[in-house]
Amino acid sequence: MRRAATARLAVLLCLALGLSAGSASAEEIFVSNERDNTVSVIDGTTLEVIRTFPVGRRPRGLTFSRDGRTLYVCASDSDAVQVIDPDTGAVRHNLPSGEDPEQFALAPDDRTLFIANEENATTTVVDAQTRKVLAQIDVGIEPEGMAVSPDGKVAVTTSETTNMVHWIDVPTLTATDATLVGQRPRAAAFSADGRVLWATSEIGGTVAVIDTATRKVIETIEFAVKGIAADRLQPVGVTLTRDGRFAFVALGPSDRVAVIDAKTYKVLNYILVGRRVWQLAMTPDESRLFTTNGVSGDVTVIDVATQRPVRSVKVGRFPWGVAVRPAPSAAASAGGAP
Amino acid sequence: MLARLRQRHGAVRGPAAPGPDARGLMPALFSLLWLLALLPAPARAELLAIHYLERRVERPTPLNNEDPIPDDEGLKGAELGLKDSNATGRFVALGFALHSRIVEPDEDIRAAFLSLGAPRFVVLNAPAEDVLAVSDLPEARNTVFLNVGAPDTRLREADCRPRLLHVLPSRAMLADALVQFLTYKRWTRILLLSGPAPADALYAEALKRSAKKFGARVVAEQRFDPQGGDTRDTALREFVLPTRGPEHDVVAVADEAGAFGANLPYNTAAARPVVGTQGLSPAAWGRPVEAWAAVQLQGRFRRLAGRAMRPVDYAGWMAVHALGEAAVQARSTDPAAVAALVLLPGFEVGGFKGRPLSFRAWDGQLRQPVFLLWPGAVTATAPIEGFQHQRTELDTLGSDEPESACRAFRKTG
Repeated sequence: MRRAATARLAVLLCLALGLSAGSASAEEIFVSNERDNTVSVIDGTTLEVIRTFPVGRRPRGLTFSRDGRTLYVCASDSDAVQVIDPDTGAVRHNLPSGEDPEQFALAPDDRTLFIANEENATTTVVDAQTRKVLAQIDVGIEPEGMAVSPDGKVAVTTSETTNMVHWIDVPTLTATDATLVGQRPRAAAFSADGRVLWATSEIGGTVAVIDTATRKVIETIEFAVKGIAADRLQPVGVTLTRDGRFAFVALGPSDRVAVIDAKTYKVLNYILVGRRVWQLAMTPDESRLFTTNGVSGDVTVIDVATQRPVRSVKVGRFPWGVAVRPAPSAAASAGGAP
Repeated sequence: MLARLRQRHGAVRGPAAPGPDARGLMPALFSLLWLLALLPAPARAELLAIHYLERRVERPTPLNNEDPIPDDEGLKGAELGLKDSNATGRFVALGFALHSRIVEPDEDIRAAFLSLGAPRFVVLNAPAEDVLAVSDLPEARNTVFLNVGAPDTRLREADCRPRLLHVLPSRAMLADALVQFLTYKRWTRILLLSGPAPADALYAEALKRSAKKFGARVVAEQRFDPQGGDTRDTALREFVLPTRGPEHDVVAVADEAGAFGANLPYNTAAARPVVGTQGLSPAAWGRPVEAWAAVQLQGRFRRLAGRAMRPVDYAGWMAVHALGEAAVQARSTDPAAVAALVLLPGFEVGGFKGRPLSFRAWDGQLRQPVFLLWPGAVTATAPIEGFQHQRTELDTLGSDEPESACRAFRKTG
């Protein structure tokens, strides 16, 4: 009964998507609800949840294939990366992911997935087309943040208890170096030109900017908000604009997103969002930023130009990851959770 | 059987640690060289030696036979700390070794300490008298001690010692956490029921001090001594009388050994919650703790020890983890460099509690959140919202700098 209704809804939605394919901002925002084992889909125009579909247990990281037609979801407690049809929510198949996949990054080749296995201190590399594990690479304890350089030659993973960024050479799939950063590094993002890597440290309360050539920390960014204890300013998700002007950093239980000048590394602004903000994703045109707020169970929509929150959208329990896909016709690159 | 000093030298160690056996030195040396030749490239790790010294304490059998106190409480935590530290250290060519030694109830812990040579770092799981006896030895003047077993507030106050760090929260911190919660709930009238052991009196004393500090009130104080009796069958009737008293909001129990407290909830005279050593309990760690990736630590511990992680295990893990973290931050296993960093007021370490943890400069106590637990859940985490402090809210728990009676700390550190 319910399944039939869902199927009908899916058909309707496909029609609706087909009809709206020509419009300018028909992107959809996908949010993983860690406690509900679901994904909520927000319409980019109406900013309303238009559908919610079940996924594996404890969904966290999620990202899209470049054409936006395939959704990958880390179902941590199901020990799988699920490959999902984003239009219907139907699981096409599971990828072998190693134990407890938490986050991943899709390489620019659109097929190599680098998956952080939180439970067993490895990074699993999977070919999403052949569905084969290419390598399992030993890294530090509790690997979490994953990123691949824009040229696809280097991947990094951050280990939360070892407090390092581990550098992986992609052609040989071996860990080549490690850079010590602040306590509990959560997320990493390369600049669009690939020259620096930003890594957030949740408990250290800092963001390290690392030169990718020397793998040395060149800047450590700190945060301060009047009236909030310093140890509540906990950097988690980070996303950068392509023009290299801004970085946005989610600051966890301080309920703020920091706006940073990506050239001078000065903090420009703090935007108030929902409670315990985790991850961030931008629309392809970089006009809007979406944040997942774990405790308040909602998504804050930020207007990037004015740096103001414009809307709060209720989703499921413990929204964790967020990824944006463009309208199915506009096959621009899809933004993903870092 | 006569208790004897049990040596478990080098029971667990980091990569490439040479064995302690001096007999047959040449063959051993050859096999060592052979082994070194076989090891992969970055194995030339400098080892930092960490000692674990425990006084075995005879404890009464707990009320519930399904819930025994494990023999390796504390040690398993330290072993996990070693494993974690070595997993991290290998990326920067640092290694750690843990040498554990357990002293039986009638043995001299000072002799055991002296037999360790001149250890620079000792994780100490022992009662307060032992902590003082060992740390006052002239031979210990270069040793940094990490107390993981003695919650006595006096070790952080009048009886504090330089280079004696406290990883386990003091009874004062536990009591402050509980009373902050009670004050927040406006359950400020406390009927206190304490057991017969000296530790129970200390726990009760800590509760009274906290009540005064946060504006709660102990309306009556009763004593209860099960006198070795089994309260499991008689609890329905037995606890009515000792929990009768003036109007109160909660019954606070001080029974550290667990001689009767577990049977107190729902057996009180009035329909009041039980808090303290049983019921809603303040603790540094416990089975329901899972936020801030604590579930990862819980899982690693369960795989290593085959049981749940207890507060003393957490302290053991934290002690070794803090040393490991200091070595990694200093990029050195030089004991002097590690000791200097650990004792530095700005030194911070993660501990799966959602905040950076650090040692207080005035008494060596690790500042940390304290959980309010019942077996089913983390009811709240102290510091409770609304309790503020100019430095960090964590300093609302336990003795704060202005009121600290600790004078000795860090004078020679």
